[in-house]
Amino acid sequence: MDIFDYTKAESPQRAIELAAQSNTAQQGASVRFIAGGTTLFDLMKLSVERPQHLVDINDLPFSGVERTSNSEMKIGALVRNSDLAHHPIVTEHYPVLSQALLSGASAQLRNMATVGGNLLQRTRCIYFRNTAMPCNKRDPGSGCPAITGDNRTLAILGGSQHCIATNPSDMNVALVALEARVHIKGDGAERSVPIGDFHLLPGDTPQVETVLVPGDLVTHITVPTPRRRTKQVYLKLRDRASYEFALSSAAVVAEIADGHFREVRLAMGGVGTKPWRAVEAEAALSGAPVNNQSIEKAARIALAQARPQSGNGFKVELAQRCVAHALRQASGLVKA
Amino acid sequence: MDDATDPKNSTYLDRRSFISRLSLTGAAIVTPIGMAATGNAVAQTNSAEAAQSDGLVPITLTINEKAVPLRIDPRASLLDTLRESAFLTGTKKGCDHGQCGACTVHVDGRRVNSCLTPALLHQGHKITTIEGLGEPENLHPMQKAFLEHDGYQCGYCTSGQIMSAVAMIKEPWGSEDHDVKEAMSGNICRCGAYPNIVAAIQQVRRLS
Repeated sequence: MDIFDYTKAESPQRAIELAAQSNTAQQGASVRFIAGGTTLFDLMKLSVERPQHLVDINDLPFSGVERTSNSEMKIGALVRNSDLAHHPIVTEHYPVLSQALLSGASAQLRNMATVGGNLLQRTRCIYFRNTAMPCNKRDPGSGCPAITGDNRTLAILGGSQHCIATNPSDMNVALVALEARVHIKGDGAERSVPIGDFHLLPGDTPQVETVLVPGDLVTHITVPTPRRRTKQVYLKLRDRASYEFALSSAAVVAEIADGHFREVRLAMGGVGTKPWRAVEAEAALSGAPVNNQSIEKAARIALAQARPQSGNGFKVELAQRCVAHALRQASGLVKA
Repeated sequence: MDDATDPKNSTYLDRRSFISRLSLTGAAIVTPIGMAATGNAVAQTNSAEAAQSDGLVPITLTINEKAVPLRIDPRASLLDTLRESAFLTGTKKGCDHGQCGACTVHVDGRRVNSCLTPALLHQGHKITTIEGLGEPENLHPMQKAFLEHDGYQCGYCTSGQIMSAVAMIKEPWGSEDHDVKEAMSGNICRCGAYPNIVAAIQQVRRLS
């Protein structure tokens, strides 16, 4: 591991000032915030991340979960994943978020990992994590061995010729289906970004994963409260029953009335280079009768743009079945 | 019996001291490079006390209810600090990447992977290791249950399993065996003692 300075930030302003000196807020940043450390410290051990300065933000006042109105919840960026998953507001109004959080990592990791860190969780692509290998995300222009190599777990949606790395987060998938907003304090300004716009497609610059620039500090996330009768499901399929990243997952937030889907929001994990919202499938479900035919049609539409790689063709059908099963669970056609 | 195998002789080498002597020899060889690196780290570290010529920084950790002053490489994980600086070797290093749970300890009563967090972040926290849980003559109920149910084979993952299990019982999980399995999925047992581990935990849960 490379050497680094260490500062415990006593105020958000101080943290932002220090981070504003970084060369980038993306891969290879010279200044990094550290909270839970479960991603960053891991990547520092692997020399994938080599910050020269660690800014410890654990003392900053971003640890609350509250309902700011009847229609919104505010989650501090430093709330630990386990605390959020078991929070009474979340279990009552946002079960899809609780289920997604509890399906990720292990109890120990969830006790450490923060909401802000989970939002910024890095890919598990084996080439990204191995500095002996080329990787356009870690070392821009060096190439992507995954495209012709071991890509079984990698993306079938949103990839480019430069990168097919999967976003590994479960929480992000639920937050996309819940239409959360990410709130950012920057060098001089505050702003908020819909979570669907927060993560970027790899395109020609896979090293740039989010809209963050140097000095940007994620302070909290707001999540609109779904109507009380809305059905919510997170379904995750993986190689083992627990403590494993998704091969395919689906978050469903659906209003159903009189045997018909009304407003449906559908997001997928494990298959996209970013948490993937299936907008066309949502549109197909809107007003459709709740039956297997509508559900299977929506599942096919959700994967219509899929571009399977040499080793992950199975993910197309797996993701279709995952989406269809989650929709059946949400609509009560099968038991959740 | 020669000196090195006679426990009564002062030069007797048990397994641990033999290995630590080997490590010291190893350290002597690599020190010039290592010192150059850590010396540089310290010159840049913001702690006023940090300017030690050997590149180590002074920190005090509260481990098993005792304040323990230590001098550590600022890059050291909590796991390495517990084992190599505080000499509490009950906490084990398995994967060193948060994938096995062997390094599980409690920080302020919550179970965490000590391999995935720098020790520097934990000044002021209450750290509990397996050594702080029970004594050989006065075992924690979970330690007793693991013995009774044979919840291990080689024993390498056991301290992590027990630390995880003790914390798990205070967390909001269901009461069935499958709930225990899900709650304990962050602790891998390569020997496959899982059924006995679940039985041990369920016994303690029923009695607590």
